[in-house]
Amino acid sequence: MSGADAPRRAGLPLRMLALGLAGLGGAVAVSFLTLNATSALLLSALIGAGLLYFLLSRFMGWSDRWMVIAVPLLWLGIFFLVPFFVLGRISLSETMIARPPYSPLWETDAQGNVEIIASLQNYWFILGDALYRNAYLSSIKIAAISTVFALLLGYPIAYYIARSPEPRRSFLLLLVVLPFWTSFLLRVYAWIGFLRREGVINNTLMWLGVIDEPLVMMQTDFAVYIGIVYTYLPFMILPLYANLVKLDGALLEAASDLGATPMVTFFTVTVPLSLPGVIAGSMLVFIPAIGEYVIPALLGGPDTLMIGRTLWDEFFSARDWPVASAVAIIMLILVVIPMMWLQSVQNRQEEGQ
Amino acid sequence: MTSNPAIAANTRPWRDPAAKPFISIQNVTKRFGDFTAVNDVSLDIYRGELFCLLGGSGCGKSTLLRMLAGFETPTEGKILIDGVDLAGTPPDRRPTNMMFQSYALFPHMSVEKNVAYGLLREGKSKTEAYAHAAEMLKLVKLEKFARRKPHQLSGGQRQRVALARALAKQPKVLLLDEPLGALDKKLREETQFELIRIQETLGVTFIVVTHDQDEAMTLATRIGVMTEGVIEQVGEPREIYETPKSRFVADFIGSVNLFEGRVGPAAPDLMRVETEDLGPVVAPPVAGLTQGQTIWLAMRPERAWLTRERPPESVNCVPGVVQDMGYVGHMSSYMVKLANGRLVRVTQANEGRRDNPISWDEHVHVSFEPADFRVLTE
Repeated sequence: MSGADAPRRAGLPLRMLALGLAGLGGAVAVSFLTLNATSALLLSALIGAGLLYFLLSRFMGWSDRWMVIAVPLLWLGIFFLVPFFVLGRISLSETMIARPPYSPLWETDAQGNVEIIASLQNYWFILGDALYRNAYLSSIKIAAISTVFALLLGYPIAYYIARSPEPRRSFLLLLVVLPFWTSFLLRVYAWIGFLRREGVINNTLMWLGVIDEPLVMMQTDFAVYIGIVYTYLPFMILPLYANLVKLDGALLEAASDLGATPMVTFFTVTVPLSLPGVIAGSMLVFIPAIGEYVIPALLGGPDTLMIGRTLWDEFFSARDWPVASAVAIIMLILVVIPMMWLQSVQNRQEEGQ
Repeated sequence: MTSNPAIAANTRPWRDPAAKPFISIQNVTKRFGDFTAVNDVSLDIYRGELFCLLGGSGCGKSTLLRMLAGFETPTEGKILIDGVDLAGTPPDRRPTNMMFQSYALFPHMSVEKNVAYGLLREGKSKTEAYAHAAEMLKLVKLEKFARRKPHQLSGGQRQRVALARALAKQPKVLLLDEPLGALDKKLREETQFELIRIQETLGVTFIVVTHDQDEAMTLATRIGVMTEGVIEQVGEPREIYETPKSRFVADFIGSVNLFEGRVGPAAPDLMRVETEDLGPVVAPPVAGLTQGQTIWLAMRPERAWLTRERPPESVNCVPGVVQDMGYVGHMSSYMVKLANGRLVRVTQANEGRRDNPISWDEHVHVSFEPADFRVLTE
């Protein structure tokens, strides 16, 4: 009896849930297309929460369990999904001298005909313009090179910490996170003091007689690399450390027992097994580095081209919200692709454990 | 010892005083800070042996094994394999391979890659290494699992991969750290004989560390019983069981009843012992004991006789009451309470279908032959 009934009983609430979610999506979409952003946000949050609660408690009988993840779900919805929809909607408009400074997505003429104005022209414009293309490519290049350097620097540090005996290990970890106790902005500012023409580095080198002329370091890509690698190094070290500290010492002994020198052991056992940590650390550096605005603005020169700055200029100098939104959406897609890849790699790794 | 002594010397080189040891551990001590893990151990192991280091946890057996593998350096003393002093030789250049207790299989490599790992490090070509790995997998009957990853195997299969990997380089000595520890009882018993078969097929010298006395008894050509960093006794399983040298060994291997006593007046061909628990008893004579000296008598539970009536011809016999009994099928185990309250363990084989077996609360007599006592002075 239960065999025949079970699929139908499971099917109904699932269909209801799908229907509810579709309704929620619809409500969100409609409210954004018609109302202004603030009221839309409130409205959809209320509708969403109510609908979700009703559906889950009424049909799934899961109310207790779902209430637990409802909070993070709502948080993500309000602060990630909703702004994303807002940006998406603006990116489909045209810029206008108005408040807000973009056109509506459709107009109704005197006869009551609805004319849809929404278009993808901002995207075509960005993809066709070398300025944006170069900014994206340059961002990716700077982020990638910084990631490689952070990895080269972070791996030995993480390895050393993971292999240290306990009291020293905690102390070293503390040192790694210590910079977070100071504001990020202040730490980047501090680098100006090191890198500028009469900064600490130039003064020291000249005093030692290594150089006669001060080196030009400020307002170069070099300074940007230093800033990014310095800032994001802990994000590389921590996941690598978390991975390396789990590494079973018996595996290293086994490799050595089977005739592998320490170097061979490192490359055939340690490195392959730490790949999840390498990927996680690299993503944590690469993703924020792509959209970095503060570091190139403070340390970089006028020719340091990064998408974060382009975005800023587009929003606040050109006041072209639709183009700026499209720039942001494309950037988001660029970042989401490696994240999805990371996710799939991690899933595969977990299956392998 | 009915076998021909010449053959016995061939298969048991330790009985031949002229035989040259293959592995020679000479006065080895290992200290970790204030703690002495291995204390002045000397041990000779012969080619083709399956030697078991047996002891409880923390007795130093694993440390001794790790010193042979090269993961620990002796604080004092020397280790020679095939006449070569191994001091200063790193693990990757030693003629030993180890099978780890946790197996330590590389989780990111397939079974065949695990087995071929050591061969590739030797500089063998890939074709050669994988062909040899396939042979090793055949030996442990895992040829069908070559492409699997370790996590896709059962515990017993992983154990065999670890064995194949450790044997692939044809080491002079294979070190096995609790090789069967992670297997369930039934699989462990099957695998014991599998290990012996492989060891005899390849003729490699095995040194096995274990805390399981049954495992040691089944596997070993000889056993070294360790406690607190020293080897208490080395001998064939039968020697260790029948003629333990000390109370520790007697107690550790199998179960035993120990009775404290004092040597009585000398008599020809027998020794009188005055014990508190058993009263005056007769034990086999031991040279070098003086009257009044404190000794211990070890008696195995299966050597005693349990009867309702006092056997008329019995030399050593004490009355008691059955306080507890356990029926295990092939035998029954009794706890007999003596007059002074001392409990004696006695096991009786269940040979025929006895109509009226001795049971709880019965008054019984425990009797034993003088030869069934083992006199211990340590």
